[in-house]
Amino acid sequence: MNWIAIAVTFKLALFTAAVLLIIGLPVAYWLTFSKWRWKFIVESVVALPLVLPPTVLGFYILVAIGPHSPVGRFYSDVVGHPLPFTFEGLLLASILYSLPFAVQPFAAAFEQVDRRLIEASWTLGVSKLKTFFRLIIPLSVAGLITGAVLSFAHTLGEFGVVLMVGGNIEGETRTVSIDIYDEVQALNYAGAAKTALLLLAVSYGVLILVYAMNRKVWAVWPQR
Amino acid sequence: MAAALTVDCRKTFPGRFTAVAQLSLPLDPPRVLILFGPSGSGKTTLLRCLAGLEWPEEGRIQFGSTTWVDAASNIRLSPQARRIGYMPQDYALFPMHTVAGNIEYGLSDLPTEARRERVRELIDLLQLQGLEQSKPAQLSGGQQQRVALARAIASRPQLLLLDEPLSALDVPTRAKLCGELRTLLKQLTIPAVVVTHDWAEALTLGDIIAVMSAGQILQVGSPQEVFSRPANAEVAQIVGIETVVQGQVVANDNGLATLLVNGTTLKGLGADVSGSAVYVCIRAEDVLLEQAGRGVTSARNHLSGLVTDMLPQGVLVKVTVDCGFPLRAVITRGAREELGLETGSVVVAAIKAGAVHLVPRSG
Repeated sequence: MNWIAIAVTFKLALFTAAVLLIIGLPVAYWLTFSKWRWKFIVESVVALPLVLPPTVLGFYILVAIGPHSPVGRFYSDVVGHPLPFTFEGLLLASILYSLPFAVQPFAAAFEQVDRRLIEASWTLGVSKLKTFFRLIIPLSVAGLITGAVLSFAHTLGEFGVVLMVGGNIEGETRTVSIDIYDEVQALNYAGAAKTALLLLAVSYGVLILVYAMNRKVWAVWPQR
Repeated sequence: MAAALTVDCRKTFPGRFTAVAQLSLPLDPPRVLILFGPSGSGKTTLLRCLAGLEWPEEGRIQFGSTTWVDAASNIRLSPQARRIGYMPQDYALFPMHTVAGNIEYGLSDLPTEARRERVRELIDLLQLQGLEQSKPAQLSGGQQQRVALARAIASRPQLLLLDEPLSALDVPTRAKLCGELRTLLKQLTIPAVVVTHDWAEALTLGDIIAVMSAGQILQVGSPQEVFSRPANAEVAQIVGIETVVQGQVVANDNGLATLLVNGTTLKGLGADVSGSAVYVCIRAEDVLLEQAGRGVTSARNHLSGLVTDMLPQGVLVKVTVDCGFPLRAVITRGAREELGLETGSVVVAAIKAGAVHLVPRSG
């Protein structure tokens, strides 16, 4: 088994889940509580990675962070090397790719928090921000864990985006799914089988965790 | 100008009505204003506007010298900045916090020791001893109501807003807690606005009653004024109690109370009444008019008096009889002709004791 690829994959998944836990919260809060009439446009953008082929998403990210884009140039000026085909670039792509897997369960959990409790908190003099941390977050824990775990699991298995943005650099951007693909290309079915089994077991275990936690809340999929 | 809560605003509900509210509640001494009316009349909306949870499209809400809402200059004070105690209809207790945790939720600015002290005070005041560590789901309806009240008054608000404070309770508990709530409101000396659709609650709790229907405030006045002298037929229909007079309980024999109302003795049902000062409330349709000198009936009260006023209302006639106090009755036109009633006629009003409702009032 390619332990280096496994380590890269888990690191990527962990970082992605952690970052999404932070940036997904305000996005989900806004999507849940905003009364803006064009909100659905933003909702659609967040959900886009669910339906877009990973290669298409990867292609746009690659162009957006490449040396010909202002973002890419700015990054390489500041950091000293370009973003594509690095772990950081891959992380950025993974975050965008897994965004709906975090934001949708978060938003669904926020939606379930009784508005009257939120209003009661406001009338008790507690600011909107503090109400978010003291009331909404504690009542949404199951949804937050679900979102983090799903984005973790989703990142573990990503392939197309990794190939487009990360390439296949050992120890840097070579993830488990790419490793399996390489093994199969090299006709090393035994090696591929071991790694595939590991990925299957981890993914299955993670989903068992999610569904066990949400038995009463969601039947099959985080509802929106 | 004395400090007052003044409301003058308008809010449109597409497809329903435009709510218009104009009223003023003097803040000193603190009084209890009742928003009274059928469900859907806009009481809760008005209360939520006062809480800062909803916004009128036009108009102003002024609390003393502070402007809470001024649509014209786009002032919208947040609920956090209003220093209010708000109790929604179903209490909205925080399910993950204990009783003590709920009460101290809004006190996080206080130092720990002061906060604990305040929670202890409120636990004592609302008789919640022993329940400090219980979760809301483990409490009875009455206990939940008291926790919600304790939480609402914890940070010493300058205005208390209660939305149907007793409607989530079963009937026996409601009568008991209504009296307790009245005592508490008097004790707290915080001005309060209370929403209710129950006339007994309105009479028990209120110093001033505003009768609402379809988003309009139809009449504002003292409980007795509003109930016995409704401004128009609509108010009369909403309040539904035509005779409300002050009386004294002089004896209480297992719930059958003997009352004195301006020299006239009455029998009424007073099982829930503790003090002696009461409002005596009688619906006009519960009053039977008969000619003087008729036989014995099962009704416990036979009051003779003079007809002072007759007001035809469709097929009915609303008759006011002076039997020491003005008593209102509705009879049909036919009955009026049969009895030969005119202004000045002597008549006997028969009322069953069960139709004489007693509501405690402050002496």
